[in-house]
Amino acid sequence: MSNENDFALRLDGVTIQFGGLVAVNDLTMNVPRKGIIGLIGPNGAGKTSAFNVITGFYKPNKGYVEFRGRDGAVSRITGLPPHRVCQAGLARTFQNIRLFGSETAIQNVMIGSYVRQRGRWWMNLVPFTFPGASREEEEIRANALALLERLGLGAYAETPASSLPYGAQRRLEIARALATKPEFLLLDEPAAGMNPQESAELLKFIRSLRDEFDLSILLIEHDMKVVMGVCEYIWVLDQGTLIADGSPEDIRMNPKVVEAYLGKEAAHA
Amino acid sequence: MSGLNSGDKKLRNNALTIFSAAALAVCLWLAPTFIDAYKVRIINLIAINAILGLSLNLIYGMGGMFSLGHSGFMAIGAYVSAILIITPDQKQLMWILDPISPWVMNLQAPFLLSLIAAGVAAAFFGVLISIPVLRLGGDYLGIATLGFSEIIRILITNLTPITNGPLGLKGIPPHASLLMSYGCLAVMLLCVTRLMRSNFGNVVRAVRDDEVAAKTMGIDTFRIRVLVFTLGCFGGGVGGALMGNLITTIDPKMFMITQTYSLLMIVVVGGLGSMTGSVVGAILITTMLEWLRFVENPITIGSLNIPGIPGMRMVIFSVLLIAVIIFRREGIMGMREFSWGWLLRDAKKGGAK
Ligand SMILES: Nc1ncnc2c1ncn2[C@@H]1O[C@H](COP(=O)(O)OP(=O)(O)OP(=O)(O)O)[C@@H](O)[C@H]1O
Ligand SMILES: [Mg+2]
Repeated sequence: MSNENDFALRLDGVTIQFGGLVAVNDLTMNVPRKGIIGLIGPNGAGKTSAFNVITGFYKPNKGYVEFRGRDGAVSRITGLPPHRVCQAGLARTFQNIRLFGSETAIQNVMIGSYVRQRGRWWMNLVPFTFPGASREEEEIRANALALLERLGLGAYAETPASSLPYGAQRRLEIARALATKPEFLLLDEPAAGMNPQESAELLKFIRSLRDEFDLSILLIEHDMKVVMGVCEYIWVLDQGTLIADGSPEDIRMNPKVVEAYLGKEAAHA
Repeated sequence: MSGLNSGDKKLRNNALTIFSAAALAVCLWLAPTFIDAYKVRIINLIAINAILGLSLNLIYGMGGMFSLGHSGFMAIGAYVSAILIITPDQKQLMWILDPISPWVMNLQAPFLLSLIAAGVAAAFFGVLISIPVLRLGGDYLGIATLGFSEIIRILITNLTPITNGPLGLKGIPPHASLLMSYGCLAVMLLCVTRLMRSNFGNVVRAVRDDEVAAKTMGIDTFRIRVLVFTLGCFGGGVGGALMGNLITTIDPKMFMITQTYSLLMIVVVGGLGSMTGSVVGAILITTMLEWLRFVENPITIGSLNIPGIPGMRMVIFSVLLIAVIIFRREGIMGMREFSWGWLLRDAKKGGAK
């Protein structure tokens, strides 16, 4: 990208194989600080696999991932287990929503804040012994409620996550990710299953979150049209390989991308 | 209750809880003068079984870890407490197979301290077993804990200088009075309730429900699991110690798999993940187990003579367990908890009809 040294996240030569299948092939890319970057590609291109490498669920066969925090310190996050990646400041959502279904919306968000909670479990056993810990619990609840309201979910606070409408579940997953106080947000098809108008609204909303929470965002999107409006820069994967990267205009014109997509779409039709 | 705001409700609920706890305490205090000793013992056993059920529920219901080793942790607790409170003179007389090792003979502690030591010892073994097994993902926890409890039993049978082997320990001072058992239950209920209502409780349930999502939220699911398992083992140790104090005799045969099985019944019947459910389960299962003793006695109906069949109790018991699993899998309470608001609302609805 324009300024190679101002990255928030950098992948260098990342390769993931499942048996004989190369899901991601020698992927080198970077995400600038405070950018909203798209990762697109047809079905099975390896987008989710790349997310799983970044967040510590898969170990790459080759290559590494580096993360630069707000303080400027660069750390290699490949090899860290998922919970450590989150502690380092990266949060994600899932393509197939993974909420804690039997917990209420507010509990889901509170679970997200646990990673930054200072009070320990034993401080809540005996009443009145650790007023600081009880105060923190109350703050966590209040912050969770504020976050829910920010995402338009205030009315659902006490509703079990599994009985929320689909769009609300998607937003709750974002709220829960934000509760971990991330510097970097990875969204796996946040607009999946929404109609064009809903998804356009959501992406606009994601953009406002970036400014409000000072985030860098990498988002996967299946639908090329949707992603054009919101992303500042786009990386395109096809069959595990990077086939193009550039501004939305460049990508729109790129014959390789058009072929990868139209080929697929023609095959689907 | 529409006139009350949430603060008033909390105050009302706390007042109701304190009042009913006090009323229960008075009843328990008077009970031994009005009820025969056998019934008092069963009422006591209910509290101890509730403690044990609650601790297993913490592991299985709330932590989602299927453990078959609770009798092993009970055994550890029972022996640790008994050894600490039996006097050296008594011990000297009791060990007849092998001489007692001198440090075991001289170990002494007051009863309450022995309860805590029992819990800590069980928790220590809980850490020891859960770390390697949960590292492997926890799929084999059931088998591993089952094996563990058998190993504990065999160790107790054979480590005669420490445990007096198959002869067991007799004449344990009966410290587990009604008030003591129910006091322990109250403390445990309070702690577990506060724990599960805190954000840590949310996290424990999150780890149970979706480990991948929990990890993504920055939660070290392995640590949480080991911690919850260990806390459950602590409760198992304390419960085992109280059991020994109630019965005043312990031997390795007391801590076989059937013991774990009864506790599983309590947890499943009461409702997996429901704390008050475990108490309800303990009341039902304990009384039922006692009541079912008659089926093991010879019965004469008219000219028909049915000889006593030992083990019949457990057969009926198993059938009941299967029935619960088929017809009401979530148990009596499901995952819900008893609450005053719920009771009063229901009472009101009933009254309006
Ligand atoms: N755990 C796994 N084991 C085996 N194969 C896998 C695994 N995860 C992904 N794959 C394979 O890797 C390839 C890339 O999958 P991935 O989920 O990353 O694609 P994607 O770009 O996210 O596609 P979609 O748009 O459908 O979500 C697919 O062929 C998939 O079947
Ligand atoms: Mg995907």
